[in-house]
Amino acid sequence: MLDWINIISAWAVPMMIAFIPLYAFMKKVPVYESFVDGAKDGFSTAIGIIPHLVGMMVAISVFRASGALEFFTGWMGPLLKMLHVPPEVMPLGILRPLTGTGSLAFTTDLIKTYGPDSMIGRIASTVQGSTDTTLYVLTVYFGAIGIRNGRYALKVGLFSDAVGFVAAIAVCLLIFG
Amino acid sequence: MVNKIWLGLIIIGFAFAAVKGDINLVTQAAFEGAATGVTVCFGLISVLVFWMGMMRMAEDAGLVKAISKLLGPVVTYLFPDVPKNHPAMGYILSNMSANLLGLGNAATPMGIKAMQELQELNPDKETASAAMCTLLALNTASITLIPTTLIAIRLNFGSANAADIVGSTLLATAIATAAAIAADRWYRHRTFRRTPNPPAPASAITMKR
Repeated sequence: MLDWINIISAWAVPMMIAFIPLYAFMKKVPVYESFVDGAKDGFSTAIGIIPHLVGMMVAISVFRASGALEFFTGWMGPLLKMLHVPPEVMPLGILRPLTGTGSLAFTTDLIKTYGPDSMIGRIASTVQGSTDTTLYVLTVYFGAIGIRNGRYALKVGLFSDAVGFVAAIAVCLLIFG
Repeated sequence: MVNKIWLGLIIIGFAFAAVKGDINLVTQAAFEGAATGVTVCFGLISVLVFWMGMMRMAEDAGLVKAISKLLGPVVTYLFPDVPKNHPAMGYILSNMSANLLGLGNAATPMGIKAMQELQELNPDKETASAAMCTLLALNTASITLIPTTLIAIRLNFGSANAADIVGSTLLATAIATAAAIAADRWYRHRTFRRTPNPPAPASAITMKR
């Protein structure tokens, strides 16, 4: 099963890179011009995201560097101990929706400290792999099209992050416990 | 809500640094964060330029439309207010499959492209439409088949069976995705009950190009 999945994931992108131009060529599309024409949009889209991402990164960076993040995660520790959640993984729950690179660094550190096959290592890996960086996704997607009012999108994202975090811990305790 | 979270992060950070007596942290962290933001965007340039070029070819060749026709029924349930053969459908589907395969850097341009197509249907260009919120919900919780990066990290630190987190990750993401879809549906009904999104006028369906 796993081999099968690995093969698909290794071949998916190369297949697309070969198939799309070939198919387009057979459909009599001027492939190179079409590519360049579309690619132009990519540049302006990326540039358009800069203000949104800089704004968000500044806020997250200040929040983290000041020690506020540590304070809130430490404060929640005792409550989690009651629920059999290893307190070591707690910061990840808060870090994950805020910063992808930050939480990846934290996960790597947990894996290094406690070992990849420890319960903490497995929970951290599952949490890191199972939700996306909500604030980043929101900033990039809405930033790219100039949406100012995201309605309930952030609430839904954060809610699913919380569910994903709890689910990851429960599933790991169940499977590897 | 983004406004409040953003302000909250900065003010709380400021307060903690002030109490700590190291107010320089704020200045330093702010500029570091700004630099990170720009670096991430510049990293996105190559990926976005490449994939958007590929996708324009796919669109010109009629591939995007073909995909949305083929797999339409799956997304029609999740995106009831997007017209069946609208190009947005094709991009939503490619975004979902790229996420499923863990092709993170291919999924983002496709998601952005889908958002741009949805924006064409959006009557209020500054406010997210219901379909945009659903697409975002799917992306924040994205079902993952293979968490490639994590398997690599675990291997690096000598895991006996680095891939044994595939099952737990798949299960946890499935639960998170179900929760996201349910919450999205709930808010969608609450927000749009009185003024449901009217079906897009036929003119919006014909492509610009």
